Amino acid sequence: MLRDTIHRGLRPVRPWMVYTLGVLPALLLVIDVFTGNLGVDPVKTIEHRVGEVALQLIVAGLCITPLRRFAGLNLIRFRRQIGVLAFVYATLHLLVWITLDLQFRWSEIGADLVKRPYIIVGFAAFLMLLPLAVTSNNAAIRRMGAAAWQRLHWLTYPAAALAGLHFILLVKAWPAEPLIYMGAILALLGLRLIPRAAPRRMPA
Amino acid sequence: MAQRYNSGLGWADVTPKAGWLNRRHLMMTMGAALAASPALAATGPYSTDEAPNSLEDITSYNNFYEFGFDKTDPAAHAGKLTTSPWAVEVDGLVDRPGSYDLVDLLKGLPVEERIYRFRCVEAWSMVIPWNGVQLSHVLDRVGVQPGAKFVQFTSLARPEEMPGVKAGLLDWPYREGLRMDEAMHPLTLLATGIYGEPMPNQNGAPIRLVVPWKYGFKSAKSLVKITLTDRMPYTTWNALQPKEYGFYANVNPEVDHPRWSQASERRIGAGLFASRVDTQKFNGYGDLVADLYKEQDLARDY
Ligand code: HEM
Repeated sequence: MLRDTIHRGLRPVRPWMVYTLGVLPALLLVIDVFTGNLGVDPVKTIEHRVGEVALQLIVAGLCITPLRRFAGLNLIRFRRQIGVLAFVYATLHLLVWITLDLQFRWSEIGADLVKRPYIIVGFAAFLMLLPLAVTSNNAAIRRMGAAAWQRLHWLTYPAAALAGLHFILLVKAWPAEPLIYMGAILALLGLRLIPRAAPRRMPA
Repeated sequence: MAQRYNSGLGWADVTPKAGWLNRRHLMMTMGAALAASPALAATGPYSTDEAPNSLEDITSYNNFYEFGFDKTDPAAHAGKLTTSPWAVEVDGLVDRPGSYDLVDLLKGLPVEERIYRFRCVEAWSMVIPWNGVQLSHVLDRVGVQPGAKFVQFTSLARPEEMPGVKAGLLDWPYREGLRMDEAMHPLTLLATGIYGEPMPNQNGAPIRLVVPWKYGFKSAKSLVKITLTDRMPYTTWNALQPKEYGFYANVNPEVDHPRWSQASERRIGAGLFASRVDTQKFNGYGDLVADLYKEQDLARDY
């Protein structure tokens, strides 16, 4: 069975190896910077690419639980690394915005953070990821207790929805890409609403 | 083709072609050209002396949704566009309406070389050496009737050659408009070329509007129709999102777009460390155009 093949294939993969994989998009960007492959507006290209990687990692993180539940595929031991990487790319994205895009024009940065819906929403998503990244270690789980830790990590859901919304708000007109991401995020959140054990329907 | 509408010395004469492709190279040759050539001085009071973007910048970073949403889509897909023969229909409140062959419409009119700043509503900008004729000369040729208050411009919408039109990305055809005094202003250009070469397809071949003190979306591309009218015409972006895109759309750092701050802009072309510069009111053309709006509240008429 495919599922078993995947499980067997992944057996030697250690969770930390996900980080090695996660460096690749950043490495590609660096290579593109040096080979002049980023087009005539490299700043926007970098800003978009790291933002998109962050969003893809958020979507990937949301897939883990439904994959286990509905496909029996257990990738749970990679979830932390995926989440941390999502945070790292979101942070890079924010830093690119502050440094290369707005170039430390603090008054404009401040104005954008309170006035632009897409920035407010993106920043809110980032702020939600922050405590999740900080508590993505065993010590934090022990300190907080599993229940409280779990409750905190439900922040993933609003963070994902806000990240998807951020993308929709920043484009003009209605290109397909942000809508597809948003659709995927809402579908993945929706799957979680399906009751665990379908309650037996009483005959009328 | 559009070469035919160009007269006298052009960029082609003062700048080695290879230099256009490379900005650093261009800046070097520019210095020499400025010193050597009276032709550049003849670009007159309307041109900026800022260094123009390279042809590569100008032709590979375009918003031309008829070819797709991405800035690289026009360069990728506009090659198929048929630009010859090309007719422009002139209708509405004019003395000589009709469908004009482009050559006839422009024949004999002085071709200007204008180096303009170009500011997109998305807060980026370039400097572009256009060639073209003043719109006012074309309007004089067709005879504007006294009742005309506005001009509407309609772009080509040809689904067979334009994937974005076929996909229905916007309410096609693309339409834009100007008030009569804006249309007659000497800065307002019907551009037919860049760097003395025929207009590249992705930039709106063979003829497009250029209104340098307004956000780029006002400067409609690949024009097929010019309509003189007595009322403010339908314009595409304004109809789609009236709160975001006003009819006037004058570049104005004091009036925010709800989505983007308009206080500053990124100059395309200097790579990773391209500097962000303050946006100027009317894109720096205030001396020439501010008077047109002296009775208006620009926060309301955005
Ligand atoms: C979880 C957090 C975030 C995610 C997942 C995210 C994701 C994205 C994505 C997918 C894009 C579009 C990429 C494309 O067009 O291909 C984008 C663009 C952008 N984001 Fe974010 N973002 C996040 C947070 C932020 C924050 C905190 C800021 C700034 C305060 C920000 C500012 C921007 C800007 C300025 C753009 C480009 C807009 C333009 O095209 O001009 N984002 N982001």
